[in-house]
Amino acid sequence: MQPRKIFRELCKRPIGMISLGVLVCFYLIALFADFLAPYPTSTQNLDKPFHPPTALTWTSSGLGCKVYQNADAINPDWKPVKNETRSIQWFAEGYDYKFLGFIPANTHLFQLKDSQEGDRIYLLGSDSTGRDVFSRLLKGSQVSLTIGIAGISITLFVGFVVGGLSGYFGGLSDFVAMRFVEFLMAIPGLYLLLSLRAALAPYFKSDQMFYLIVVILAMIGWAGTARVIRGMSLSIRRRPFVQAAESMGQSTWKILFQHILPNLFSYLLVAATLSIPGYILGEAALSFLGLGIQEPAASWGLMLSQAQDMKVFMFNFWWMLTPGFAIFITVIAFNLLGDTLRDIVDPKFQMNRSS
Amino acid sequence: MSTSPPLLDVKDLNITFGSGESATHAVRGIDFSIAKGETVAVVGESGSGKSVTALSLVRLLPPPPTCRIEGDIHFSGHAIQELRTSQLRELRGKSIAYIFQEPSTSLNPVFSIHNQISEALLLHRPEVREISDEIERLLELVKIPNAKKRMHDYPHQLSGGMQQRVMIAMALACRPKLLVADEPTTALDVTIQSEIMELLVELKNEFKMAIMLITHNFGIVSGFADRVIVMFRGNIVEQGPTQEVLNNPQHPYTQALIDCIPKLGKKQERLTTIDYDKISGATQK
Amino acid sequence: MNLLSVKDLKVHFPVRSGILQRVTDYIRAVDGISFEVAKGSCVGLVGESGSGKSTTGKALIGLNPVSEGSIVYDQKELANLGRKDFQPLRKRIQMVFQDPFNSLNPRMRVEQIVGEPLGIHEPELSKSERRNRIEELLKQVGLDSKALNRFPHAFSGGQRQRIGIARALAVKPEFLILDEPVSALDVSVQAQIINLLSDLKTEFNLTYLFISHDLAVVEHFCDTTLVMNQGKLAEQGPTEEILSNPKDSYTQRLLSAVPSL
Repeated sequence: MQPRKIFRELCKRPIGMISLGVLVCFYLIALFADFLAPYPTSTQNLDKPFHPPTALTWTSSGLGCKVYQNADAINPDWKPVKNETRSIQWFAEGYDYKFLGFIPANTHLFQLKDSQEGDRIYLLGSDSTGRDVFSRLLKGSQVSLTIGIAGISITLFVGFVVGGLSGYFGGLSDFVAMRFVEFLMAIPGLYLLLSLRAALAPYFKSDQMFYLIVVILAMIGWAGTARVIRGMSLSIRRRPFVQAAESMGQSTWKILFQHILPNLFSYLLVAATLSIPGYILGEAALSFLGLGIQEPAASWGLMLSQAQDMKVFMFNFWWMLTPGFAIFITVIAFNLLGDTLRDIVDPKFQMNRSS
Repeated sequence: MSTSPPLLDVKDLNITFGSGESATHAVRGIDFSIAKGETVAVVGESGSGKSVTALSLVRLLPPPPTCRIEGDIHFSGHAIQELRTSQLRELRGKSIAYIFQEPSTSLNPVFSIHNQISEALLLHRPEVREISDEIERLLELVKIPNAKKRMHDYPHQLSGGMQQRVMIAMALACRPKLLVADEPTTALDVTIQSEIMELLVELKNEFKMAIMLITHNFGIVSGFADRVIVMFRGNIVEQGPTQEVLNNPQHPYTQALIDCIPKLGKKQERLTTIDYDKISGATQK
Repeated sequence: MNLLSVKDLKVHFPVRSGILQRVTDYIRAVDGISFEVAKGSCVGLVGESGSGKSTTGKALIGLNPVSEGSIVYDQKELANLGRKDFQPLRKRIQMVFQDPFNSLNPRMRVEQIVGEPLGIHEPELSKSERRNRIEELLKQVGLDSKALNRFPHAFSGGQRQRIGIARALAVKPEFLILDEPVSALDVSVQAQIINLLSDLKTEFNLTYLFISHDLAVVEHFCDTTLVMNQGKLAEQGPTEEILSNPKDSYTQRLLSAVPSL
């Protein structure tokens, strides 16, 4: 089925469309995370730990927020100060960042106007060291959302090359590759995850942890994909158009990429959409166990692990919910989108409404 | 023949796929009938609506709005469009049986021949006690050698011709009054083809059933069918006794369809092809 | 002059069984056949399914490995030739496949399909030269140049087979192996394709090996006929002679099975 046709079918299905819309929004937010976030992820403010979400009010110079004061010296017990507000400045200059990783910029959607030392706007409150949860959530989305895409890309590529080649050539190479795949699949995923993490950790610096996680997740994931693709390429290989290409002397790589790959497209699309949640959850699980993304960087899984803290739970439990909620929405959206795509691509389904 | 009512009577049958502007009219208002014990061949090219007509008899087509069937279909006194689903299911297989072009895809690869025929028997003829004996008898009827042993085979262990024989045995299991054969020999070799056609004639006489043979090839029609119906783009352009139609075709399309078949022993420099524009003009009149 | 001469060709497929996948037996798909194809002639290879006729055709073009025997094409030995040495010959020998619905990649446009052999054998062509060539090819097989940007599913069986023929003709071959090119088509379309093939044969001075199970078509189309049965040649000779006076009992059986009008 052609990609354009798949999209046209998708437009007719509200659930698929909504899921796709939600995901597009999330990825756009991740792309503009630095612009949308008022503070860097690592900037602490030890004066204001466990700050509740700042209430927004209307001030003389536009939208603004209240200023809070701690009523209790030992336990965080933040109360708004009467008649004292700070106004918000739109498109203001803030900390320096690099848009898309290479364009230097320092414009942010909003900042506090003429803020004094320590004045902050905490849309979702602050954590134990006074870092802005909202900013961390946004920056964390970059890690959590791209890990799925990066992981599945590597997985599908390796799976396609190994599975496609062994299906295409058959014989001994096929035998060896498939036994190796079965070996990988026989090891329980979580133990493999943990042991790979332990084995590979020395080769990565802590700020490269992101790549390490992608590599680990992809190394676990490719085996299953390779098996399925091998079976499919085995059957496509027997089709006369592949023989036609062989008979005219087409090279193996071109047959693999021009003839076999496009015919796997529908399957790969569905498989990718349905497996991305696995990667997002995998990262969350690793970070939750403290083996994934390291402080002071942010990811949804890491933020969730901080939320285990009893103190957090007592004073600021809502911000614990936000990364969990974000993971939940993303995973649901990917699954619904994948289901819809499978309905569209499934030949059985097509038969029922053939015209 | 004129005194007894026909077994199958189709009046003003219209079959439309899709709706609105994208609608395709597969069949446009055709009338025909098949008498008891008669063999009727429906001849036409792919896209002429012949297979769709056959499937519409027991509503084997996708339900509306994908496909709409209009018109009257009467089968031995029942108006088919008024039947409930359960009655329709009773009719399928028991009174009207089908055999299709590709025997290899019509048989379920994971069940043995014995399983598949016994399923049909249990469904439509629960009074049969000795199922294995009955299956053996059926397989012998369609001339499968060593039937007792072969019935435990799986479809892939049989050749295409043998598979088609099994399909016929399955169709016969319920003693249908009408056997619809949709291109039963197209996928088979010529020598097998003639054997299967001979078998069908024999069984027809033995069971006194009517056969509706759907084919694109006039070649297998002669010597087999009593009557021929020629379809072209959803219309019946000609029908009549086989020899009459073959020897003296009235419609230019029938003529063209007969002419374009390469005939053994009559070598031509160029094969005759069909001039569709001319025929479309003739059909409109 | 003989363009192709096949001597004692055998294609055996090993049957493996057991855990160790040891070769226990061979399927003798083609079991010692010899024939010759003269330049500019059309040779019919007739047989039923399983007779080994398609296997023979595929062995000639290197799609099936040759177990024994020799295939000499224009004084060059083709049997088990290495990939690199075969490459220049692939340009001269092309194949048209039986199933027009499966022999064209459903994900490629007609321009890509017909242009694929050009990309391999004549990579020096510029984009516009290539496009012109493809348009011309489509015209030669009776298709509109509007077809260029369409996918195979937009065409009928006969039109797809025309695309398949255009692809085979793209690199200007001299020898075409036609593997049942019309058996999946309606009789009316079959006549059109046969006529097209015979026109192209004259126009480009082609040599054909026409694999078919339909004796009537072979009679119209071929000068010489080979009748194949269970991997062996039952009979060979001029078409008229074989069909009017078959000597082999298998040929006789085949002839009597052809339905007469």
